[in-house]
Amino acid sequence: MRRQLMKGNEAIVKSAILSGCRGFYGYPITPASEITEAAAQYLPQVGGVFLQAESEVAAINMLYGAAAAGVRVMTASSGPGISLMQEGISYMAGAELPCVIADITRGGPGLGNIAAEQGDYHQVVKGGGHGNYRTLVLAPHSVQEMADLTALAFDLADRYRNPVVVLADGFIGQMMEPVEFPQTATEPRLPKWAVAGTEESRGNLISSIYLEPDKLEAHVRQLEAKYYIAQQREARAEEWRTEGAEVVLVGYGIVARILKAVAAEALAEGLKVGVLRPVTLYPFPTLQFQKLAERVRVFVVVEMSNGQMLEDVRLALNGARPVEFLSRVGGNVPSHGEVLELVRKLARQTLPARQPEEECVGHV
Amino acid sequence: MTDAGKRDRGLLRVDQDECKGCGLCIEACPPHVIQMMERLNHYGYRTAVYAGAGCTGCGICFMVCPEPGAITVLRLTNRPAGRFDSEAEGAKRCAGN
Amino acid sequence: MSNATEAEYEVAHGRPKAFYENFERKDELQHQTHYCPGCGHGIVHKMLAQAIDELGIQNRTILISPVGCSVFAYYYFDVGNVQGAHGRAPAVATAVKRSQPQSIVIGYQGDGDLAAIGSAEILHAANRGENITVIFVNNAIYSMTGGQVAPTTLLGQRSTTTPNGRSAANEGYPLHVSELLATLEAPVYIERVGLGDNRQVAQAQHAVRRAVENQVRGLGFSLVEVLSPCPTIWKMSPVEAQHWVREVMEKTFPLGAFRDRTKDAPAKAAPPAAPALEDISRILGVADEGAVEEIDAEAKGAVDLQVRVAGFGGQGVLLLGEVLAEAGLHAGLQVSWLPSYGPEMRSGTSNCHVRLAREPIDSPLVVHPDVLVAMNEPSLHKFCASVPPGGWILYNGETVPAECERKDLHILARPFTHVADELGDGRAGNMVILGALLEATPILPQASVDAALGQLVKNPRWLALDERALARGRELLRESLQGVCHDG
Repeated sequence: MRRQLMKGNEAIVKSAILSGCRGFYGYPITPASEITEAAAQYLPQVGGVFLQAESEVAAINMLYGAAAAGVRVMTASSGPGISLMQEGISYMAGAELPCVIADITRGGPGLGNIAAEQGDYHQVVKGGGHGNYRTLVLAPHSVQEMADLTALAFDLADRYRNPVVVLADGFIGQMMEPVEFPQTATEPRLPKWAVAGTEESRGNLISSIYLEPDKLEAHVRQLEAKYYIAQQREARAEEWRTEGAEVVLVGYGIVARILKAVAAEALAEGLKVGVLRPVTLYPFPTLQFQKLAERVRVFVVVEMSNGQMLEDVRLALNGARPVEFLSRVGGNVPSHGEVLELVRKLARQTLPARQPEEECVGHV
Repeated sequence: MTDAGKRDRGLLRVDQDECKGCGLCIEACPPHVIQMMERLNHYGYRTAVYAGAGCTGCGICFMVCPEPGAITVLRLTNRPAGRFDSEAEGAKRCAGN
Repeated sequence: MSNATEAEYEVAHGRPKAFYENFERKDELQHQTHYCPGCGHGIVHKMLAQAIDELGIQNRTILISPVGCSVFAYYYFDVGNVQGAHGRAPAVATAVKRSQPQSIVIGYQGDGDLAAIGSAEILHAANRGENITVIFVNNAIYSMTGGQVAPTTLLGQRSTTTPNGRSAANEGYPLHVSELLATLEAPVYIERVGLGDNRQVAQAQHAVRRAVENQVRGLGFSLVEVLSPCPTIWKMSPVEAQHWVREVMEKTFPLGAFRDRTKDAPAKAAPPAAPALEDISRILGVADEGAVEEIDAEAKGAVDLQVRVAGFGGQGVLLLGEVLAEAGLHAGLQVSWLPSYGPEMRSGTSNCHVRLAREPIDSPLVVHPDVLVAMNEPSLHKFCASVPPGGWILYNGETVPAECERKDLHILARPFTHVADELGDGRAGNMVILGALLEATPILPQASVDAALGQLVKNPRWLALDERALARGRELLRESLQGVCHDG
């Protein structure tokens, strides 16, 4: 297949269209604007709809409408815009509408800045909007994965009738790497439940309202059952040189790339270091963590946040192994050097197999 | 009753289950041939009722009525009785007074 | 009345077919609506259902239910139904219509929904001239939540949140939505009607039908504002409330058409047909056909080139890196290109990280570049210490400042921009420097560089200039190496 040099933000749009996406409603925001721009260029050419909405609030509600009408649809934004979209995401989860949302994160809270950060983890992975729902979350760490996980996101969104978020940082969105696309485009198909303005679909209703407590409870339980199945089937993580590793570095997105470089150097120094990279942040790859915990001495979570994924790692390990944490925020990236230094320190420590959790926050 | 000219041009039916007794039809009726029932219906509403004569079939009571099918207005046809399905349908869809 | 007599009558005004026979989505009392006695919603519902019947569009119609008392409009209308978030019906309707252009999309909203929380959505849907129909029921109060002030509440009107009556000083003036929207260019039809008496009701019915018919004809955005009674919250009898619409409300909200281009508006063009599925990858530029053949990368030595290019915006920093990465891709290597990204992005500085390697690239961030390209002195200062011993610094300047002097690596300092000036345009300085870089790190075949340049530089004049610039850069580096030899 043809390898092409392409920005992650462009790869998302091309992959989406090849996956049958025919609607994009968005609002520009750095560092996600290239996605909106590419959508504006390509969607009208393939018989799709592109519309720059008046706000992120309107954009997500347009996704609600397009998804209700049976179209594979997506949007893209960054932290502040995702905050505004939470209303619609909750409605879509409640009404069981599929859609794909690309969150190309930036620094927060508030306006923060436009540099890459991973502070959207909580609002994206834990829900963000009101009510008992989850979004499925995929975290690409390369341009190829921007394409591949976007395609997967559309399939998961349809399979689970639920919003799926592609959570990437500004680096993954802005950088260019070779990428390959499937040559056959997916044919857009109209789901049976859609409200399409036809005789067959006239009886259909898209709504998140369940007035009676018993009915709402049944609905919430049914959503839970769906998420349970997703947990069983869809959790993914990449293990990188974890064979024989005593120290396992944990990170997603651009951080995972840095961790691989650090691990490569540490391995060359004879240190027993590997990388575990969650690919799905919800469902979280809990099993992979638990399996590794059987033979690994210590986990090191590295995040461009104040410890948001850290909570999930701790929940997954449930005290089985110590968890160290290195954090950079504000748009700063954990440097190769500072991670390597921590790894060297930990690898040289001769810790007993099961000692109580001890935390080291490496603010630099 | 063979002479159509002696009959009312219109005929009104009010569904006693659907009517909520708001009285808008009584207010709206140009020939004032709708009244409020004295007794309450099954749901506790005093409902509207056709006085039995004088309906012109104008339909304004139907339009001001907030309930979808509480009021049905019929019009006299010049055709022989029993020829049209719509009559049967109308009778079926609307409980008579 | 005898059966024989009844048989001589036929139904002239009866339950519209666009209503369900039985309201099965309701939990109880499925034979009647949930509206209070005398509520205007029921009347407007009936007008809408009548219009759907008359226009023969029941199968095509999609109703967008709002939040407010009419939240359950989907209980009643036997059409496609979508219930949306508070105020967002115009956004939802926009996308439903654009997704299914053959459908007839009707947004139904109250005054809190449309005029307060959804004011942005209605304004922009109207301004885009979406080919949808909006029924706006204005009863001057928030009814479902128990009677709080609405944007359309009259001055002096009491509500639970204006216990002493609405005051202009605190809540502002009643919002005239129809007049406001009629200042926009795009809407085709905007009329305010009332439910205050028989004549008003007849006009309202006419307006609702026309607003739907406009969409069927493809004319564009139509909105009917209906002044509608809320006897319960107004604490009036249904008949008193009807009178209040006519005698009080209408004084603040005069009836009439504020926009009517129904006669001359052209029908909107149908969206263009979608291309065949097999054409999609070509349209996206990702089809295998037309791809530049990569050079067979087998049986070559290890490669791991890490480059940092830094300068000001406009110096071609990003393009330099891109040509290098593209050439690496053509040569069958793994590549990454990462632009400077972050706080410095908007401050005029520009830099990028480029990696070319035989093996998969771990981190695209270049911490210790084998080659630093510094297009100006600040960039040199910032990054000169990061180059490991044995590496290269290519500096766009006559001499390297003393604090950046290093004996443990190669430095080529030349005014590359001036060199490019001599070639015809100083903007090709980035390509002169790239030529030097390619000569200093001989891992890429010239064919790959040519292919990359051909792909990224489409203007023939620039392509020719860039080719000359690359060649000149290679010369400069060779000359400098000879100089080193001579000096040594």
